[in-house]
Amino acid sequence: MHRFANPARFLRIAKPLTPALFWPGLVLTLVACIWGVFFTPTERLMGDTVKILFVHVPAAWLGMGGWTGIAIASIVQLVWRHPLAGVAARAIAVPGATFAAICLITGSIWGRPTWGTWWVWDGRLTSMLVLFFLYLGYIALSNASSEKGDTSRVAAVFGVIGAVNIPIINRSVIWWESQHQKASITLGGSSIDSAYLVPLFVAVAGFSLLFGALVLMRMRAALAEMRIEARMRRMAQG
Amino acid sequence: MPHAPFIIASFALTAVGMIWLVISSYLSMRRAEASAEDLKERL
Repeated sequence: MHRFANPARFLRIAKPLTPALFWPGLVLTLVACIWGVFFTPTERLMGDTVKILFVHVPAAWLGMGGWTGIAIASIVQLVWRHPLAGVAARAIAVPGATFAAICLITGSIWGRPTWGTWWVWDGRLTSMLVLFFLYLGYIALSNASSEKGDTSRVAAVFGVIGAVNIPIINRSVIWWESQHQKASITLGGSSIDSAYLVPLFVAVAGFSLLFGALVLMRMRAALAEMRIEARMRRMAQG
Repeated sequence: MPHAPFIIASFALTAVGMIWLVISSYLSMRRAEASAEDLKERL
């Protein structure tokens, strides 16, 4: 892992990897959405609203996965002081926040026809909303620290502490009485019919590849800006 | 209650979010890399 902490070596890998993740991700996402909307059967209880599954679940997975990535990168930044770890954590924040927002809004839209309400303050929905606010806090903190020119250690500590919310989201439907259904996919198997499960896996894979490409794009932008700042500083020093 | 508007709204919202993310990330990457390259050539 330490070998890839060198920005120049990272860029040599990131440049071809960005389109290699983006185009398969886009194709898989489009295939999964078309498959999910037009070629899956109507569900017995939820009717056609079950098709919202194909955007809601990948968004939830990436909203939570994004913060897990921030926490891991923050630990690497704090412990090993890898120059790329902080850049990676900051690059994850905006896509992660966007997916958390998509999860919350599509969940709310799905709730109206199936639960009869747009929102309930139960454990799952509330902890997911907390995750979205944590993202906003992290983005504000990391922007403030980059403006001051320091290495955003406060944002890294915030990224690690905020990870406490991830298992809370995961276990919320077990710990508290919830309007939200229990986990349908666990390590022991799945209660979802294969007619929905296969396109769902394709959607999760497609959105995950796109997420990876977005993070690489944002890391490349941040590294280029750092190169510009370093050159400007050298020029100013004469 | 018809389900189609809820499905369309969910997919449209996701599409808007994804398109915004892709365009903003791509443009910021291209602009920053072009500026860095330009500065390197000028020095």
